[in-house]
Amino acid sequence: MAIRFILLVNKQGQTRLAQYYEYLTLEERRALEGEIVRKCLARTEQQCSFVEHRNYKIVYRRYASLFFLVGVDNDENELAILEFIHLVVETMDRHFRNVCELDIMFHLETAHFMLEEMVMNGCIVETSKTNILTPIQLMDKAS
Amino acid sequence: MGSQGGWGQSKEFLDLVKSIGEARSKAEEDRIILREIDTLKRRIAEPDVPRRKMKEYLIRLVYVEMLGHDASFGYIHAVKMTHDDSLLLKRTGYLAVTLFLNEDHDLIILIVNTIQKDLRSDNYLIVCAALTAVCKLINEETIPAVLPQVVELLGHSKEAVRKKAVLALHRFYQRAPNSVSHLISNFRKRLCDNDPGVMGATLCPLFDLIKEDINSYKDLVVSFVSILKQVAERRLPKTYDYHQMPAPFIQIKLLKILALLGSGDKQASGHMYTILGDIFRKSEPSSNIGNAVLYECICCVSSIFPNPKLLEAAVEATSRFLKSDSHNLKYMGIDALGRLIKINPDIAEEHQLAVIDCLEDPDDTLKRKTFELLYKMTKSSNVEVIVDRMIDYMRSINDNHYKTEIASRCVELAEQFAPSNQWFIQTMNKVFEHAGDLVNVRVAHNLMRLIAEGFGEDDEGADSQLRSSAVDSYLCILGEPKLPSVFLQVICWVLGEYGTTDGKYSASYIIGKLCDVAEAHSTDDTVKAYTISAIMKICAFEIAVGRKVELLPECQSLIDELSASHSTDLQQRAYELQALLGLDSQAVESVMPSDASCEDIEIDKNLSFLDSFVNQSMEKGARPYIPENERSGMFNIGNFRSQYQHEASSHSLRFEAYELPKPSPPPTIPQVVLPLPTTDLVPVPEQTYPRETHHAPNLPSATDASSVDFGVKLRLEGVQRKWGRPTYSSPSASSSSSTQKTANGATHLDGRTVSSQTRDNFYDSRKQQAEVSAEKQKLAASLFGASTAKSEKRQLPTHKTPKGVPTTAEKPAVKGAISSSEPPKEKTVPSSPPPDLLDLGEPTPASTPSIDPFKQLEGLLGPTSAPSAIDHSSAAGPKTPDLMALYTDTPPAAVSSGSLNPELADIYTVNKNSHGTTNVAAMNKGQNRQDSLQKDATARQVGVTPTENNPSLFRDLLG
Repeated sequence: MAIRFILLVNKQGQTRLAQYYEYLTLEERRALEGEIVRKCLARTEQQCSFVEHRNYKIVYRRYASLFFLVGVDNDENELAILEFIHLVVETMDRHFRNVCELDIMFHLETAHFMLEEMVMNGCIVETSKTNILTPIQLMDKAS
Repeated sequence: MGSQGGWGQSKEFLDLVKSIGEARSKAEEDRIILREIDTLKRRIAEPDVPRRKMKEYLIRLVYVEMLGHDASFGYIHAVKMTHDDSLLLKRTGYLAVTLFLNEDHDLIILIVNTIQKDLRSDNYLIVCAALTAVCKLINEETIPAVLPQVVELLGHSKEAVRKKAVLALHRFYQRAPNSVSHLISNFRKRLCDNDPGVMGATLCPLFDLIKEDINSYKDLVVSFVSILKQVAERRLPKTYDYHQMPAPFIQIKLLKILALLGSGDKQASGHMYTILGDIFRKSEPSSNIGNAVLYECICCVSSIFPNPKLLEAAVEATSRFLKSDSHNLKYMGIDALGRLIKINPDIAEEHQLAVIDCLEDPDDTLKRKTFELLYKMTKSSNVEVIVDRMIDYMRSINDNHYKTEIASRCVELAEQFAPSNQWFIQTMNKVFEHAGDLVNVRVAHNLMRLIAEGFGEDDEGADSQLRSSAVDSYLCILGEPKLPSVFLQVICWVLGEYGTTDGKYSASYIIGKLCDVAEAHSTDDTVKAYTISAIMKICAFEIAVGRKVELLPECQSLIDELSASHSTDLQQRAYELQALLGLDSQAVESVMPSDASCEDIEIDKNLSFLDSFVNQSMEKGARPYIPENERSGMFNIGNFRSQYQHEASSHSLRFEAYELPKPSPPPTIPQVVLPLPTTDLVPVPEQTYPRETHHAPNLPSATDASSVDFGVKLRLEGVQRKWGRPTYSSPSASSSSSTQKTANGATHLDGRTVSSQTRDNFYDSRKQQAEVSAEKQKLAASLFGASTAKSEKRQLPTHKTPKGVPTTAEKPAVKGAISSSEPPKEKTVPSSPPPDLLDLGEPTPASTPSIDPFKQLEGLLGPTSAPSAIDHSSAAGPKTPDLMALYTDTPPAAVSSGSLNPELADIYTVNKNSHGTTNVAAMNKGQNRQDSLQKDATARQVGVTPTENNPSLFRDLLG
């Protein structure tokens, strides 16, 4: 398993989306999120986009007010994960048109559906935006 | 945007999201959520909540959990929503369930039925939603309930369903490998799926499978290479492109797989060289994703059987990473360097300054990565600098997780490469001081043993010097306020054994210090046990040489305190000490011989000394002892009875031990026996002498340690000894190469004297903050200077100065080597089997697989007509020299078709990379470039240094 979790956190440290690929209890999640968000938010633009935390490696990227954090195993290609984050953002952008924090907040389930298409079992399984968005668009049409 | 407050969302929901969004503190957010929980509890329980409304409630529940509060009151509603007929509601239900529940939750059983029904649905989107849920919710016990359906769906007409079915199977494999072991072949089948999405997803389970069992998948090497080639040639649909790179994430996954399959396998690696070369050439160093692929390529190249040409490309890419301004790229570069130096340690030399920049960077991530690199390149010549740096860093951080890691690395490096005993002890002191509670106890035991055993040579003078220096340093350290318990134990033990050995310190001084330790750590029983035993040893040594021991008042009060301790162990030690003080010198010497910690303790496992006692008892009618393994085979009743008897006898044993001078035979482990003589010692000293001769060697350890420490001595036997004489180091366990090992042994004695010198140099250089670059250069020299094994044999006085020289002097030589290896690399291009032939489905002897799984894929992926036509031409003329000739005659033609024909592209891009060097060279060397290259190569193989050729080559180029 490569990806352990995906977190979206705004610059105040508030969680905007959380998807875990291994089970953690509510307390563990809360503690983990607190720790890594503190760690990542304290870093400057020039520093690496990667942070080691316990046995995870956090790859993060900032878009305006929103941080995307991905926790991965140690042997993962960090640069690729960094670009994967961007792919997620591009995909959201295509769906929401100029995605912003509020889009994700108002359509939390849609954002989750996209991630469900892209990542399964902790692996990146789909990277074609068309393939990711088609089922979501079909579902929107059907309902 | 415009999506804000879309249809179906109530004002309540909008207000909630807004208020969460506007919350300025965690406390405020918590207040909002608590209020929301109240509202939801009421609303959700209302009868006949409209379904759409319920969906909204579920999402509000998701918010509640996401923000760290318990929403378990609503779980059941999420489960109910999965029954809904509407796709959107159903999927939201599944989503909420997967977010709320883990796969072992009780409610899951209620969903299995729904999942089974949905897997049979006619609507493929519902099937997909169910399969997504399967991946998250099905546990080992419920796998059989859905497995047949999932397998059936592998052949579904919709590619999206096939993809998710593959992943569901993957999940089952992750969860319980045995449950799907008979279905593994399905993954191979799906690798050849018509749809690139299914193929790409199948790489994930295959990667896991290959990681477990590489050899079973060697046959797929050709397939993976072929897929990678097609991906790199943009045969996948455009939608997979990302920033102009063709399906980079699939490429990366494939490269990871190839790295596994090619590791240590020359033949498998041979198939990969061409495509890896292609990827290096096609890489786009300007984009992040291009560099990500490039990095994965470097990883792959450093994992598979080495190929000089590819290694060179990897080194080049790595140096570009390291020279970049981006911290991310530097980070990747450091990591890549760590991989490449495993193949060739000299590569690091060129980048020493970049590495040191990273080491001194304020960015913690970069620093740690660099420490990882240094750890990999440590050897006896640079161990002092590296370990010093690590310890400095260890001091500066608070993160216990990483502190533990770096401390254990320091210990490992120190044990493996220490240049001298003194240095080792000093280093261990530092590690213990700053991370004592984090390191393994074993480390402390190793340290004690080292001090006791010394060099393991016949040089007693050096050994005692080592001990007194250890005593000195420990007496200094004892003044410091907070010392970890493990470290204090070591200190007490050493002070007890060797505190007064060299006569520098008086017994009362050491005893006073030990009493201070016991007083300062009154809550730590283990430390107190160590101190009292140490005091006893010192007293014993004093008595043995005929001096009178006057107990200090604080010592007496310590003994009194411990005699009344709750810990029986401490009590016994205190009483033993008191008893020992009353003995005469002869008795004391045999009870507590001086410096006897290294004496072997002979353990008579058969307890033969008890034979007479056993015989006696048997004559009196006792039953013979039945070994445990024989007992276990008996029936229940017999078992019970013998157990009862065994228990009874062990009880009687205990009582006897206090009454009789001789212990009765304990049926279990010998450890029980060993402490017994010491108890005898106390009440009946006269009787013990004859018997003690038998036990004498046992006593020191039996008395100076609790049962825990007892294990210490014994445990050491199994511990591998890396430190010290080269004979101790085992060749298999260490990560360093064998050449380093021997070098370590060779420089061992020299290093002892040089150590302080180089260290001084290092610190001196640190003082001169003004000359930053000079300082860095020095550090670089101390880290990298003696990177080659031969340089380690240098004599010490010259050790320092020449360090900087070879680094600069060697650079041209390295360059020469690089350029010299260029011609043969080109030669290998045409000689490797053209994998493109595979695409055409023409069976060629060069390509091994008789069945081409990609014919199918070929038909469906991208436009194949144009490339195949050109491929044909290359296939028609398999004599590569002809092709080459064609190329040299008409380079522009090759340019135009370069993107289409990979063979030609190969040659073309190689030339482009080397700036036409070889082109010019070829013209100078003669018409037949191929011939001259071959000559070059053979000359090199014979051993002729090619350096003479290359400067002229460059001159040609430049002039």
